[in-house]
Amino acid sequence: MVDPTATKDAPILTGSGAILKSLEILGIKDVFGLPGGAIMPFYDELMTQSSIRHILVRHEQGAGHAAEGYALAAGTVGVCIATSGPGATNLVTAIADAHMDSIPMIAITGQVFSTLMGTDAFQEVDIVGITMPITKHSFLVTRAEQVPEVMAAAYQIATEGRPGPVLIDVTKDAQQGSAPFVWPGRVDLPGFKPVQKAHGKQVQAAAQMISEAERPVFYVGGGSIRAKAQKELRTFVEAVGAPVITTLTARGVFPDSHDQNLGMPGMHGTVPAVLSLQESDLLIVLGARFDDRVTGKVSEFAPGAKVIHIDIDPAEIGKIRAADIPIVGDVRDVLIDLIPEWKAVAKTAKSLKPWWERLNKLRADFPLGFIDLDDGLLAPQGIIQTIGQMSGPEAIYAAGVGQHQMWSAQYIEYERPGAWLNSGGAGTMGFAVPAAMGAKVAQPERIVWAIDGDGCFQMTNQELATCVINDIPIKVAIINNSSLGMVRQWQTLFYDGRHSFTDLQPLDGPEFIPDFVKLAEAYGCLGIRVRTEDEVKPAIELALKTNDRPVVIDFIVSREAMVWPMVPQGVGNSNVQYAREHAPSWDEE
Amino acid sequence: MSQHVLSLLVEDKPGLLTRVAGLFARRGYNIHSLAVGTTEVEGLSRITLVVDVEGAPLEQVTKQLNKLINVLKIVELEPGQSVQREHMLVKVRIDATTRSQILEAVNLFRARVVDVSPEALVIEVTGDTQKIEALLRVLEPFGIKEIAQSGLLAMGRGSKSISERIFKNQ
Repeated sequence: MVDPTATKDAPILTGSGAILKSLEILGIKDVFGLPGGAIMPFYDELMTQSSIRHILVRHEQGAGHAAEGYALAAGTVGVCIATSGPGATNLVTAIADAHMDSIPMIAITGQVFSTLMGTDAFQEVDIVGITMPITKHSFLVTRAEQVPEVMAAAYQIATEGRPGPVLIDVTKDAQQGSAPFVWPGRVDLPGFKPVQKAHGKQVQAAAQMISEAERPVFYVGGGSIRAKAQKELRTFVEAVGAPVITTLTARGVFPDSHDQNLGMPGMHGTVPAVLSLQESDLLIVLGARFDDRVTGKVSEFAPGAKVIHIDIDPAEIGKIRAADIPIVGDVRDVLIDLIPEWKAVAKTAKSLKPWWERLNKLRADFPLGFIDLDDGLLAPQGIIQTIGQMSGPEAIYAAGVGQHQMWSAQYIEYERPGAWLNSGGAGTMGFAVPAAMGAKVAQPERIVWAIDGDGCFQMTNQELATCVINDIPIKVAIINNSSLGMVRQWQTLFYDGRHSFTDLQPLDGPEFIPDFVKLAEAYGCLGIRVRTEDEVKPAIELALKTNDRPVVIDFIVSREAMVWPMVPQGVGNSNVQYAREHAPSWDEE
Repeated sequence: MSQHVLSLLVEDKPGLLTRVAGLFARRGYNIHSLAVGTTEVEGLSRITLVVDVEGAPLEQVTKQLNKLINVLKIVELEPGQSVQREHMLVKVRIDATTRSQILEAVNLFRARVVDVSPEALVIEVTGDTQKIEALLRVLEPFGIKEIAQSGLLAMGRGSKSISERIFKNQ
C-alpha cells in the first residue's frame, strides 16, 4: 500500500503521464495501438517521450495479436492500446485468444468521461463488462491517482500464476486529471495468491507412482512454456526415460529432434503420440488441460492410465479428467522438486523397454508423411517442411488457424520454446501476420515467418503496412488453396463433399481475387508467386535474403490436400486414422 | 441436483456481482438464491449463494470462483455446522372471518404483522427454509397476494469467523 507521506515529494503527473511512467517502470519497451477520441490525452503524452516504442497498427485486432506474438516470442508481457467503443471491441478477439492460451497481456483502452458513462455517449461501450468472461481481471480507472496501483496490479495479475490478459479501461478525465505519482512496488492483492511451490508429499508420491509405471507418458502442455521449464523438463524426462508428447501450444518446449519425443497428440497428432496416450498406464501431465482436441471422446481417452496432473491453476485439475495425484504449482518449481525425489526411487523403477519396443514399432509403421496429389499442384506440407528446414530452429513461426496451422505444427521441427506461435484454444483466423509482427518487434534479430492460409491472410493482412512503415521485415508464406481448407476438409469427409461456401475463388472466373503478389507490392513488400516444385526453394531463399522489407510468397497449392492423421470429432482417440485410405466410412458424432 | 450453501468473502468493487453471476451463467450452474451485504471489515462484502449442483461440479464452481481476483474466500456451509436463515415479507388477503386464524398462525410461527389494512396483512417472518415454506403452506388457503423473499443468509457456528484467516498475517 502507498505510504501517504510518500505523496508529499512525489512528482505530479497526469493520468496519461502516470500510465507511461508505470509502463516504463514495468520495463515495457514496445506497445501496439491505434488512437481515437477517448485515448487522445494519453497519445498526446506518448508522442513526447522516448522510452517506449509505439507501433501504430491498422486495426486494433492487429495490436492485440501483435501483443500476443510479442509476449510469446519474448516470454514477457505484451501491451496493446485502443480507444473506447469500437476501438476497444476490436481488441476483444485478441483478448479472448490470449485468455484461452494463457498469454500475459495488458490491454489499455480509453473510455468516455466518467461523467458521461452510462449515458450512451459517443463511442461509449462497456468494455469492462464485455471482457469480463475473457480476461483474468479488468479495471476501470476513473481518477488519475488510481493509475500507478492499477498498473502495478495489472502487471502482477497478467504475469503471475497462470498468465492471462488484463484490461485497463481509463476514462478521458482520468487521463487528463493529475495526481502525485507514487509507485507502489508490489501491490497486495488478498484475492490473488497463486501457489508456486507444490506440497512435498504429493511430489514424493508422484515420483513413486512414476517408478511403478510400465507405460508412462509425459503429456506436456503450454503451461510448461509459460513456466519456462524447458531445462528442468529435459533433465527430468531424460532421467525417467519415458516418452514425451507436446501439445499444440507446447511445441518446442521439448526438442522435436530428441529421441523421446513422439510429437503432437490429438485430433491431428502423430499416430505414436495419440496411441501412446491410449495405451499408457500413467500420464504425467505438465501444464496441460485435457483440451477436447487432445482427448477426443473423454470417456475413451487413455482408459488405462492413472494421472499425475501438475498445473498452476487448481481449477484445471480434475476439470475434465480426475487426477490420482493432483499437484498445484508452477511446472518448473515442481520439476525442480521432482528431480531429487526421482533419484531416490529411480533404482526401483520398472523397465520401459517393452514400452519403447511398442512405441518404436508405431513410429516405424506410422511416420508422419504426405503424398503428392494428382492435380499437378504443389503439396502444402512439403512447402512448409522446406521453409522449416531452410530457416532453422532459431527462426520463429507464427501460424493462422486451419490446415496450414496443423501442417506447420506437424512438419516444422521445433527445438526451443517461443519458436512456434499459434492460436490454440481460441482458433483465431488472422492470428499469423500480426503475431509475427509482434514477434519480430520483440526479437528483431530472428527470422520470423507468418505461415498463413489465404482465408486467414485476408483477415489481418493490412498489418503489412504497419510492418513496411515501421521496418518490421517479417516473411509471409501464404499456403494458398483458394479455400477455407479445414472446413472444406470436414465437408469432404463428413458432409458428403458438399463444399458449402468454402471456395474463396470463383472456379471459373479470374484466377486471383485478390492477387496477393500485387497486394504485397501495393504495400511495399516483396511479392513472389510460386506454382511449381522447382520454384519453392529459390523463393524461400530470396525471402530469407530479403531483410529490407517484408516478403510475401503466394504458394499456390492443391485444395485437395488434407491434414492427416485425424481423429474424427466425437469418437475415441483409438480410432485415429493414419490417412484417408485407412479410414472406414465416418459418420460424424 | 443437490443444494449447497456457499459463503463468499469478496472485495467490495464495482462489477463484482456481475463477475460472480456471469461465472455461474457461462459455466452452466444455477443460482438458487443470493444475498449480498457488508461485513465487519470495511471494504469487504459477503455473498451467500445457494447453488443447485452435484458434488464434482461444485468443486469446479468453487475453484473458478476462487480465480476471481476480488473473491477472497469461499466456504461451504453445511446445514449441521451453520445457522441458516431466510427473511420473507408476505401479503395475505384477510376478512373478518379469517383475521383471527391468520393472526394465530403468525403467533405460532413467531412471525410479525408489519402492515395492516382492511383487506390485507403484511407478515414478516425469519427462519430456515423449512419454516418459511411451512408458513406459506398455512397461509396459502387464505390467499397470498404478494411475496418478497431474501436470499438465504448463513454463518458457521462456533467462535471462528470467515474473515479470520485472511487477515491473520497482516
